[in-house]
Amino acid sequence: MTVVLETQNLTKRFEAIVAVDDVSLQLHKGELLALIGPNGAGKSTCFNMLMGQLKPTSGSVLLEGQNITGLKPREVWRQGVGRTFQITATYTSMTVIENVQMALLSHHRQVFSILPYATRKYRTEALNLLEMVNMADQADRHCATLAYGDLKRMELAIALAHDPKVLLMDEPTAGMAPKERVALMQLTADIVRDRGVSVLFTEHDMDVVFAHSHRIIVLNRGELITEGTAEEIRNNPTVQEVYLGGGTVFGSEEGAEHA
Amino acid sequence: MEFFVAQILTGLANASSLFLVACGLSLIFGVTRIVNFAHGSLYMIGAYVGYSLIQVLPGVVGFWGAILLAGIVVGIIGVLIEMLVLRPVYKAPELFQLVATFGVILVIQDLALIIWGPEDLLGPRSPGLRGVVRIMGEPIPKYDLALLVITPFVALSLWYLMTKTRLGVLVRAATQDREMVGALGVNQAWLFTGVFGLGAALAGLGGALQLPKGGADLLMDFNILTPVFVVVVIGGMGSLPGAYLAAIIISVLNVFGVTYVPQSTLVLMFIVMIVVLMVRPYGLFGREEVAGEHGQVGEPERPIKPASNKARMIVGAGLFLLALLPIFGSSFSLVLATDVLIFCLFAASLHFLLGTGGLVSFGHAAYYGGGAYVAALLVTHANTPMELAFLLAPLGAGLAALAIGWVCLRLTGVYFAMLTLAFAQLIWSLVFQWGDVTGGDDGLLNIWPAEWLKSTSTYFYFTLILAVSGIILLRHIAHSPFGYALRAARDSKRQAEAMGIDTARVQLFAFGFAGLMGGLAGALFVFAKGSVFPNELEIARSFDALIVVFLGGVKTLAGGVVGAGFFKGIEETLLRFEYWRLLMGLLIIFVVIAAPNGVVGSLRKGLERSGLIKAGDQ
Repeated sequence: MTVVLETQNLTKRFEAIVAVDDVSLQLHKGELLALIGPNGAGKSTCFNMLMGQLKPTSGSVLLEGQNITGLKPREVWRQGVGRTFQITATYTSMTVIENVQMALLSHHRQVFSILPYATRKYRTEALNLLEMVNMADQADRHCATLAYGDLKRMELAIALAHDPKVLLMDEPTAGMAPKERVALMQLTADIVRDRGVSVLFTEHDMDVVFAHSHRIIVLNRGELITEGTAEEIRNNPTVQEVYLGGGTVFGSEEGAEHA
Repeated sequence: MEFFVAQILTGLANASSLFLVACGLSLIFGVTRIVNFAHGSLYMIGAYVGYSLIQVLPGVVGFWGAILLAGIVVGIIGVLIEMLVLRPVYKAPELFQLVATFGVILVIQDLALIIWGPEDLLGPRSPGLRGVVRIMGEPIPKYDLALLVITPFVALSLWYLMTKTRLGVLVRAATQDREMVGALGVNQAWLFTGVFGLGAALAGLGGALQLPKGGADLLMDFNILTPVFVVVVIGGMGSLPGAYLAAIIISVLNVFGVTYVPQSTLVLMFIVMIVVLMVRPYGLFGREEVAGEHGQVGEPERPIKPASNKARMIVGAGLFLLALLPIFGSSFSLVLATDVLIFCLFAASLHFLLGTGGLVSFGHAAYYGGGAYVAALLVTHANTPMELAFLLAPLGAGLAALAIGWVCLRLTGVYFAMLTLAFAQLIWSLVFQWGDVTGGDDGLLNIWPAEWLKSTSTYFYFTLILAVSGIILLRHIAHSPFGYALRAARDSKRQAEAMGIDTARVQLFAFGFAGLMGGLAGALFVFAKGSVFPNELEIARSFDALIVVFLGGVKTLAGGVVGAGFFKGIEETLLRFEYWRLLMGLLIIFVVIAAPNGVVGSLRKGLERSGLIKAGDQ
């Protein structure tokens, strides 16, 4: 399988604390890869380095073999990496479709154009994207009035607007009802299959992780402790120890919640 | 050496009032997040009340008692202002309250005029502290020495209040996280009132204390406002030690400035401020404002749409009627209409920044007055033809805006606003003090339009075409991809950056463009009046535009223009009355309370409720 995105010996130190310690991981083409670990394991730090929000202390990030370490978030996006946020970030003063059109305008490098009406540009493309996440019927709604689950789906449409090779999703189902979680992840899985996009996501809900991911990577205290399929991870004694607390300081609460 | 020590002592004595007013302002901002523009007015009332009380109360005890009482009286006035004017508008959009405080300034100005008359009042000398003491051979007024003792005493009392009492704990907690304090069961309304009262009392005390040095006059409010803002920003908004240190720095600097570089004392203060903010963006002791912490209050802005055909026809008809004005209107009405049009363009350019960009600039007059001065300087010194001046003035203003924006856009929120204000004041003081080139206070005269535009009615048409085109252009750009990117950067910088938008560059271009259009308004102004004076660059001019934009409605596209037209018209009417400021101030306060969404926003809501227009998809 071809590797789309990989990290090589990625490390991040905050003074004395090593938040991410020598992590090397690969995301394959068309894969739905979950990054899990208890609170404080280094998932978010890892994510932020992949997206360019944080500069690694050492190590590198490669996109299709190209070094993208240290690029700004907007440059990483231009290279073909989309993302969704844990806390939704949307343009509250715009309609749903305008939110998507904004991403398309940026993709087509129209941000500094002042002649046309923005709402008339790329409307069809935006509608197609909304169709894909089943939001076409709400295209002209003010996005500040959307339900949370719909907002999440809109964000997904935005993240797919520049036809990314890789999609990074930071806790995509956080704050959602169980039914919505399943629906959103099913939708994501369908998109992965149809468009050949590769997805790396972090997640706390083990049901979601085990049901939808092709492969799982486990972080603990900044270190990659193991990787494998759902079955392998479920039966891995180290992972059980990390989550159920065999002398570790993290994670007992997580394990209790989802055990 | 002796001279040096004397200078420093004078500086420290001068710092006393500045510190008292600044720490009051800082305290209020820290807890309530209100930038209280009326703080200079409270200081002025302190001086007047103190003056009157000293007339009544005899002797040494009377003198000091009067000063203390003045502080208490102003504190009570502050409490009343907070309860009557500010409480109703805490839920209004961010910074909307400052419009209310501006209304308070106008009301207080006229009330002081009514009660104490227009003459400057000579400060009463302090009994027992007349004359001077010689320190190392240099004469130091005894009263200065008293101030040298009083300021640290007040500062220490405040320190005790803040660190050792329950009120202090609440205030410090609220400065860090207001919501949490509320969630812990503290009655925020009374905390806000109490802090506002305390801040006002400090300002009043500052005003009364400086009576023997400066007396009382009606210009005190604005005169202290600028250095106080500088002090608060340098020290860090909300920090009392910062205010103390900055007050001393600025005062000592001023004393030395007067001695060594008398031509540039004002410039000096702003340069210090800009340098400090470049190195420490949140002031010496300030904390970074967490983005989103004090984000949008109230309902989010609605999506915008290009004007419907019906709306276009109505506006077109209105413009057609306006174009007929030279036929049926008087020449006075033509001059008035020209002024209003120019002001509308000025306000629309600020609205583009404020509304579409979410960038609250307190110093937009820099580009309006700047454009006017570029044109006037070109005509005066280079005999430039009017047509060329009309091209270069907006360009000059736009370039200045790009340069200033490049520095200011490193900061956000209130700090951004304050830095834009500082740059505007810097340009004002340059123009004011560089008399050889700019004419200083006397302004530049005889800047008349070319022969073909001489008559009032042709110039009116010229203004009509340029101003309306400018406003339509601003409006169109708000609907263009660039305008959308600007709103995207305002709504969620994080998402915008994550989708490839260079938000810093988008905002910088917007700042430059708004400056350009402000400069065009300035050029129209200077050729309409034939002259320009430094007051076109003043804080007051920036505030004029801010107020109409807020009152018109920040969150509605038409807000700027409608607000400008509406209030400029009212102002011209009110100017006939002797106490027009009082009326204007009351009107502003009334609109702020009655229509927290601005005139256009509230009108739209009213129409929607009555079913006259269709509500958005809610």
